[in-house]
Amino acid sequence: MSSQDIHEKTIAEIIAALNAREFSSVEVTRHYLDRIKKLNSAYNCFITICEDSALIQAKLADQKRATGEFSDFCGVPIAHKDIFCTKGVRTSCGSKMLDNFVPPYDATVVEKFSSEGAVVLGKTNMDEFAMGSSNETSYYGAVKNPWDIRTVPGGSSGGSAAAIAAQISPGATGTDTGGSIRQPAALCGISGLKPTYGRVSRWGMIAFASSLDQAGPMAKTAEDCALMLKIMAGYDSKDSTSTNIITPDYVEKISCSVNGLKIGVPEEYFQDGLNLETEKSVLEALAELEKQGAILVPISLPHSHLAVPAYYVIAPAEASSNLSRFDGVRYGHRCENPKDLNDMYTRSRAEGFGDEVKRRILVGTYCLSAGYYDAYYRKAQQARRLIKQDFVSAFHEVDVIIGPTCPNPAFEFGAKSNDPVEMYLEDIFTIATNLAGLPGMSVPCGLVDEKPVGIQIIGNYFKEALILNVAHQYQSITGWHQHYPKDKEIPNISKMRLE
Amino acid sequence: MEWETVIGLEVHVQLATKSKIFSGSSTTFGSQPNTQASALDLGMPGTLPVPNEEAFRQAIMFGLAINAKIEKCSIFERKNYFYPDLPKGYQTTQLEKPIVGPGNIDIELSNGTKKTIRIHHAHLEEDAGKSLHEEFQQMTGVDLNRAGTPLIEIVSEPDLSSAEEATLFAKKLHSIVISLGICDGEMAQGSMRFDVNVSIRKPGETLGTRTETKNLNSFKFMEDAITMEVQRQIALIEDGKKVAQETRLFNGETKKSKSLRSKEEANDYRYFPCPDLLPVVIEDQYIEEIRRTLPELPEAKCRRFREQYSLSNYDADILSSDRLLGQYFEAVAEKSGDAKIAANWILGELLARLNSTGLSITLCPVQSEDLAEMICRILDNTISGKMAKEVFDGMWKGDGNADSIINSRGLKQVSDSSIIESLVIDILQSNPTQVDDYIKAEVAKRSKMLGYFIGKIMKASKGQANPKQVNEILRVQLSKLINNIKL
Amino acid sequence: MIINHKEIMKLAELARIQLNDETIKETTNSIVDVLSLINQLGAEKTIDIQPMAHPTDAFQCLRADVVTEFDQRQIFQNLAPLTENGLYLVPKVID
Repeated sequence: MSSQDIHEKTIAEIIAALNAREFSSVEVTRHYLDRIKKLNSAYNCFITICEDSALIQAKLADQKRATGEFSDFCGVPIAHKDIFCTKGVRTSCGSKMLDNFVPPYDATVVEKFSSEGAVVLGKTNMDEFAMGSSNETSYYGAVKNPWDIRTVPGGSSGGSAAAIAAQISPGATGTDTGGSIRQPAALCGISGLKPTYGRVSRWGMIAFASSLDQAGPMAKTAEDCALMLKIMAGYDSKDSTSTNIITPDYVEKISCSVNGLKIGVPEEYFQDGLNLETEKSVLEALAELEKQGAILVPISLPHSHLAVPAYYVIAPAEASSNLSRFDGVRYGHRCENPKDLNDMYTRSRAEGFGDEVKRRILVGTYCLSAGYYDAYYRKAQQARRLIKQDFVSAFHEVDVIIGPTCPNPAFEFGAKSNDPVEMYLEDIFTIATNLAGLPGMSVPCGLVDEKPVGIQIIGNYFKEALILNVAHQYQSITGWHQHYPKDKEIPNISKMRLE
Repeated sequence: MEWETVIGLEVHVQLATKSKIFSGSSTTFGSQPNTQASALDLGMPGTLPVPNEEAFRQAIMFGLAINAKIEKCSIFERKNYFYPDLPKGYQTTQLEKPIVGPGNIDIELSNGTKKTIRIHHAHLEEDAGKSLHEEFQQMTGVDLNRAGTPLIEIVSEPDLSSAEEATLFAKKLHSIVISLGICDGEMAQGSMRFDVNVSIRKPGETLGTRTETKNLNSFKFMEDAITMEVQRQIALIEDGKKVAQETRLFNGETKKSKSLRSKEEANDYRYFPCPDLLPVVIEDQYIEEIRRTLPELPEAKCRRFREQYSLSNYDADILSSDRLLGQYFEAVAEKSGDAKIAANWILGELLARLNSTGLSITLCPVQSEDLAEMICRILDNTISGKMAKEVFDGMWKGDGNADSIINSRGLKQVSDSSIIESLVIDILQSNPTQVDDYIKAEVAKRSKMLGYFIGKIMKASKGQANPKQVNEILRVQLSKLINNIKL
Repeated sequence: MIINHKEIMKLAELARIQLNDETIKETTNSIVDVLSLINQLGAEKTIDIQPMAHPTDAFQCLRADVVTEFDQRQIFQNLAPLTENGLYLVPKVID
């Protein structure tokens, strides 16, 4: 196998190759590090590259493999979204506020991968504090979509998605609060899964909206996502919201037939506002699954129109509280020469946070404030229950629900950054699953103007194995997940920051 | 009285758990700054709370002790505000569904009447850290050791009508939490802090505007603060001014209070359910198990001491006020079989020595079994009450137990009546003048003259003659002499 | 719904974020847009619906009362902007 093929491999293929000793972990790691060096400035996927430690980890992995006692993932390189605390490695959350923050602890997700012997290539770029759908709000500059560098990769896990699309990392962790794994996965033509709320530990994952955030895998295929989820999932007693149920083997039943599978197709997801070409690709995908024996069932999720408004009350409200700890007292950014305590607070936070974060904190503060709590926060939590009930009813009739992941393919930089509401509507299909706490996955289903689009597969609570099965079956009969953009190398251009 | 005072108390009680309410840091008092502050206590990114079961247990114990309903499904809310000793920028507390519902506590007023004070509720919350303003110029130093210590905040209804009642209530609360073992009651260390809400009104009128005076950590300060605040409010109103709804701080040393810069009104705490914590379900079985193992409270113990041991109100009160002292007393009473003597020795000699040496009952050098044994020796006439003082002294100094001290020092009482009789006769024979005076004296004056002979007899017996027997035999012998003369 | 300059400043004070004269207009406008979006909730009838604070119906597990964390002051204070004698320093708090 020539070394230029390495980055074209899936994680499953890398594991097979490592097992067959076709190459070593050091070799595959070095290969990716070289690609990162070559290509990262074109796309700006990484905030921190961990070259030295990655090679040390790879060496240790090879030693472990030599002893005969190792797990599959030993020596496999991945990247972590810069929202996961990594011990001794800067964790910025895409923000100036944490530009100097080096956590003395690992997130549970990070720890789980390192106990398997995974190699960490670096920390990927993201929208600041996970607030965004285009990765334009990062302090470290926007991420470019490798398919068309004039366009956004989606967000907030834009760096992770773009790194996989650019084939400078075989897989990466992401987080999803309103669509932040699925939407960038769709816009970058890769696979990404948001597990059921409580499936993966949130300990050490910097909180944006605590009742919505979930960590999940992003990779080239459903199978790779299954391999990653196997490691990530599991009860953590340090996270009170983590669910104590057994983690199934996500790979075991991944190849089951979808014959007889009932697929719910929500009418609300196929209305005005959905790009026509995108709709065509999604319907074609559904037709492919039908050919395999799946049964399409028209369903209604009548409270879908409440999802975006409810989300933009709940998420900012929780964020406004979660981000209060960033006050310049114990860590993070503190302004120069504060004249008094109030000045220290207000200036540190004004300097440390970008515009979108400030906007959401203010909106959240408003929704919780005296006189508005009932009309906004309480009302949104009621809407949330209605949205959940829609899904619970639907899942009495169907096994999975499929629709488009995003209303449009990747848009140009700046196209929506002046209109926050227009940006928020990019998440119109993904948000409801976060509110309900359900699992959802995006896999590529076509190209529109040479830009990828994705289908979203939503499952019932803790039915990740079924979702992965459907996705894998779809990927075994189609080839959209095998399309990758050509490398775009722009040497010596420093990271661009969008004004 | 022209003005009525209306007082409500909010009491913060630090629970006696080993670790904090949401983190595994120690709660020990007095450690070096920030050595008991984990990543969670510091509000570091990505950290998450997990509640301490013991904090719930202790809160429930309190609820049961005040006859309150225990909330079966309680939740935590976030109270959002900025302050350097509040690392997350919010305090995790309870608002809508606190763990302890309405209850009551009875107090006994100085005129002997009982008054029931209603408790609105008690809830669990985390304590903040400490801000040190004095140590640095232009800067405040923040110590987060205390941040995250579990508190129950006990909120009374405004049923208190005077500083006296408030103090009685506070002291009663203090003794309840100590007896339950849920708080060490060390006021100086901040284990218990009072916020007082005070308003005044003319009888029959609606409630006046109340002020809140925060963070009083002694009964005396609280009493003074209330008294001063009532006076201040009366003066304001009589001067034609209005009482402003505000928060005040009281300086116990200077006895002056000042208004905090209305930060309380300006603050909108934006309470909402904490999304990192799920509802806490408490099963009936759990509550019953706690109820079964609840320690006896001082009031019930006092009543029992009066009935079971026939103690006076006063004696029973003191012995029941401290759980460990009560335990000690009961051990001595049971083993010796004489509760009255046990009470006398403990309330007299023992407490006097403990107080003068500053020792607590746990460090008392005389074990309960040893005191009991000594009392047995009094009861079986081995030693007299007076000798017992020397025995006690020996035990206190660590010279051994009662028997070993009695034997080594030869303190056994002589109770052989023939020996005593010969002693008495000896003394009477060698003091003929005094015998003569006795015989010639008026009957009423004779008892006083016995002391002379008794003194001589005790001296001759080196204090070992059984005083009761000496007394009896002396009277008999003297009567004989008087009768002989008559004859 | 219109939110005015005064209300925005009140929110900024509660959130301890300094807004300057240049940005306040833009901030106000964008917040007005977001509020128009979320006001769509108002039309929905939700009288008897129980608010949902958590997506799961699970209950809280409690932890045993054991000390599991120990002194890591040096490690944590390496991250701090300003400390002295083990204390975190901030500009003096004036009550």
